[in-house]
Amino acid sequence: MKPTDTANPDYYHKVVDCQWACPAHTDVPEYIRLIAQGRFSDAYMENRESNVFPGILGRVCDRPCEPACRRRRVEEKPVAICRLKRVAADHRDDITHRLPKAPQEKNGKKVALIGAGCASLTVANDLAPLGYEVTIFESLSTTGGLMRTNIPRFRLPPAVLDEEIGYILDMDVDLKLNHPIDSLKELLDDGGFDAVFVGTGAPRGKNLEIPGRYDSANIHIGIEWLESVAFEHIDSIGEKVLIIGVGNTAMDCCRTSLRLGAKDVKVMARKPRGFFKASDWELEDAEEENVEIVVNHSPRSFVIEEGRLTGMVFDVMEYEIDGQGRIDRGRAVDQVSIPCDDVILAIGQDNAFPWIERDIGIEFDDWDCPVVDETTMMCTREGVFFGGDSAFGPKNIIWAVAHGHEAAISIHKYCHGEDIRERLPRGMNLTSQKMGMHEWSFSNDYDPAGRRLMPHVDLKERFKNIDIEVELGFTAEQAQQEVERCLNCDIQTVFTAKLCIECDACIDICPTNCLTITHNGTETDLRTRLSAPAENTEQALYVSAGLPQTGRVMVKDEDLCVHCSLCAERCPTGAWDMQKSTILLPYAADEAEESRCKSGPSAA
Amino acid sequence: MSYIAKPKVTHPSLKRNRLGLTTRDYEGTVSTLCAGCGHDSVTAAIIQAVFDLDIEPHMLAKMSGIGCSSKTPAYFASQSHGFNSVHGRMPSVTTGANMANRELTYIGVSGDGDSLSIGVGQFVHAIRRNLNMCYIIENNGVYGLTKGQFSASADIGSRPKKGLPNQQEPIDPVSTALSLGASYVARSFSGDKAQLVPLIKGALRHSGFALVDVISPCVTFNDHEGSTKSYAHTRQFYHHVVDLDYVPPAEEIRAAYDDGEAMPVELHDGSTLVLRKVDQEYDPTSRAAAFKYLRQRFNEGEIVTGLLYIDDERREMHDLMGNVDRPLSELELGTLHPGKAGLRKILDGYN
Repeated sequence: MKPTDTANPDYYHKVVDCQWACPAHTDVPEYIRLIAQGRFSDAYMENRESNVFPGILGRVCDRPCEPACRRRRVEEKPVAICRLKRVAADHRDDITHRLPKAPQEKNGKKVALIGAGCASLTVANDLAPLGYEVTIFESLSTTGGLMRTNIPRFRLPPAVLDEEIGYILDMDVDLKLNHPIDSLKELLDDGGFDAVFVGTGAPRGKNLEIPGRYDSANIHIGIEWLESVAFEHIDSIGEKVLIIGVGNTAMDCCRTSLRLGAKDVKVMARKPRGFFKASDWELEDAEEENVEIVVNHSPRSFVIEEGRLTGMVFDVMEYEIDGQGRIDRGRAVDQVSIPCDDVILAIGQDNAFPWIERDIGIEFDDWDCPVVDETTMMCTREGVFFGGDSAFGPKNIIWAVAHGHEAAISIHKYCHGEDIRERLPRGMNLTSQKMGMHEWSFSNDYDPAGRRLMPHVDLKERFKNIDIEVELGFTAEQAQQEVERCLNCDIQTVFTAKLCIECDACIDICPTNCLTITHNGTETDLRTRLSAPAENTEQALYVSAGLPQTGRVMVKDEDLCVHCSLCAERCPTGAWDMQKSTILLPYAADEAEESRCKSGPSAA
Repeated sequence: MSYIAKPKVTHPSLKRNRLGLTTRDYEGTVSTLCAGCGHDSVTAAIIQAVFDLDIEPHMLAKMSGIGCSSKTPAYFASQSHGFNSVHGRMPSVTTGANMANRELTYIGVSGDGDSLSIGVGQFVHAIRRNLNMCYIIENNGVYGLTKGQFSASADIGSRPKKGLPNQQEPIDPVSTALSLGASYVARSFSGDKAQLVPLIKGALRHSGFALVDVISPCVTFNDHEGSTKSYAHTRQFYHHVVDLDYVPPAEEIRAAYDDGEAMPVELHDGSTLVLRKVDQEYDPTSRAAAFKYLRQRFNEGEIVTGLLYIDDERREMHDLMGNVDRPLSELELGTLHPGKAGLRKILDGYN
């Protein structure tokens, strides 16, 4: 193998599994260390830079970071990254003076954002401080989009939404509520905007066209029903409720039903466990509330007696699982009828753009989604950008935020006549953490403590009111213990080949057998010749330049390194050092700075 | 030294031996020696060897004297017996222990100061008696604990960090052991575990005195230009003569070794050492030839390593003395002690 190019920011970034997995690349280890030091406001601001909504995401993020967490590979449970984010939000002081502000003097560029959800708000957050005149058009009477209408209040209190959305609206953003856009053509032609961003989500719940579907008013579409509950148009439901589908919306529907008077709630899944779309923790929370999850039941028809919904008929399924653990074939082996008073369909959602004319240069694909560039977020018509669920179908909040940042960069460049494809690259800083002989500026010892459990409101109490937030947030003690579980993956083991005397000290001390000095070879060959077999091919091998004394190479399998610094402590020559890698992500503000520098002082 | 203990977390696919233990179970405390000390690599090699041999921790005894080297037993097999004795007296203490309980496996870790200066008298007599033990010398040519004065193994012309080059003849533990009739003599290098681990395994299984002289650089006081015991110097003048494979009793020896290249030597416990000659001229069963060869290469400044001499026919100390098979420590007092009448009878024999 060739020596690893660690100057490429992606190499060390990938070692920070959580940050790499996060669509917005939040610097997780850094904010966890700030929490450990009690610097909650700093931790909040560190979060806000990349993910904009730490209080919201600290409760309801889909947490792609946690399955990626290195801790899962050395023991079972990842660090409670999401819950720690909430700790930063819960314990911060007033940070309003630290927020970016919109300048008095505007830059003369006007941008329209359609939809007041997380994607549009992120674009506003990035552009308003640069002097853009930002207008948000929202069809509903309130902000937040699906964050407010689809996530029940017992998981995400409205006050949290209002506060974090307020930070952005306070940057001179012109918010037009109850203002649906019925024609994009009209907005483009007559609105007087330099750029338009579409962040309207995926607002249409999927239907289930089976017999009896339209014969009762007690069959609801999940996201519409949740929205009606959020706006208090619905405040009750029958005793027996069936939820069709087993995604995260289904979890919100079943738990909401329990708070509106349902006594017997069943979530009906077509497939067996292990094939559910819902996140594990959302399933756990629903099952804690005694929701029954019924597997292998495929809906067949609704039972309507005397005009009233009395039950549903299901095919009981049997599946064959292939060698890769995938479902190969399914067949119905039985049929059952299950009584119910209400049915909620939570089987997915689609994009819907009835308000976008099809002759204005915006190309749509076979699924009626706009064709959007994944880097620039621009569609096939110049000056029109998409983000969030409206761009590539339903994902989640953190993806919408990531899209928003990228769209803001494109909008800035587009409005200034720059090539939107020529974007600033990511950068990286490396800083040694050595403080003394064997002292490091971070907590390098491995803490074997298990993951802390989130305290919940008592089961008897929580159903009294739909406003009671179930998760209480970590206590100070819990947060203090949980932060120590973070392995500081951003504090890299940086190797300087020319200093190595091949004494083997690092190899002998490494607790997880990550290091080997051996003769070079191909990657496949090297992976079998290491101190311990490197079977996880998703994790990189670091290979040094040839070592001075024997010409062999130092190989590090990044997979299980716990960043304990012992290799660096036992190294007599300083060939190993622990250095913090900070990934520098360019935002619209950085692009603006770059253009200012390029145009020189005369332009100022 | 490090402030933190080595984390207990392990690689999930870490191998287990027949006892269900991992190499981690044979570790001791984190080393307090200088970072980069060769002795720590020797420790790691010992851990690997006792793991590979499935030695039950309570059947292993770690013996040492005084010096950097003699701290080593604290860093491996923390569940085994250990005795950190007086400077240079490890061989006597081991002799006593071995006489009392011949069932334990004895591993003595000493240094060039402990064995070749203050303890040289003890060292040579343990060899003469063919005491059944694995005797490792961590040989770095200097007294590290007292800040780097030359030891008795320093070569003529070797330069210290400060001051004048050494002018006195070195004591070579390998030649010394050969001249005294040691039955297993090996030399290796802390920076070459591929060679060192099988040599230690063979030494642990050999019946009789097994010497493993390990060049183990002192990274603080003897790893500079001009030193003949530095990492760089050892690597440059390293001369590998005989490779060793250790084959446990249950496994069959592969027949693929060509005559003249490979030589199986069966040990008393049924395991086999397969010697593979890297240098065809070398004969590890002839004391005289070994002597000559070592001297020639030494004169050319080369460091000859590998299994240099083996004689598995020589009887170890217990057999020479005709001791019973059961450990003396397990015998009843009545069996051990002849009693007043018995003693009288013995004494009368001298009249």
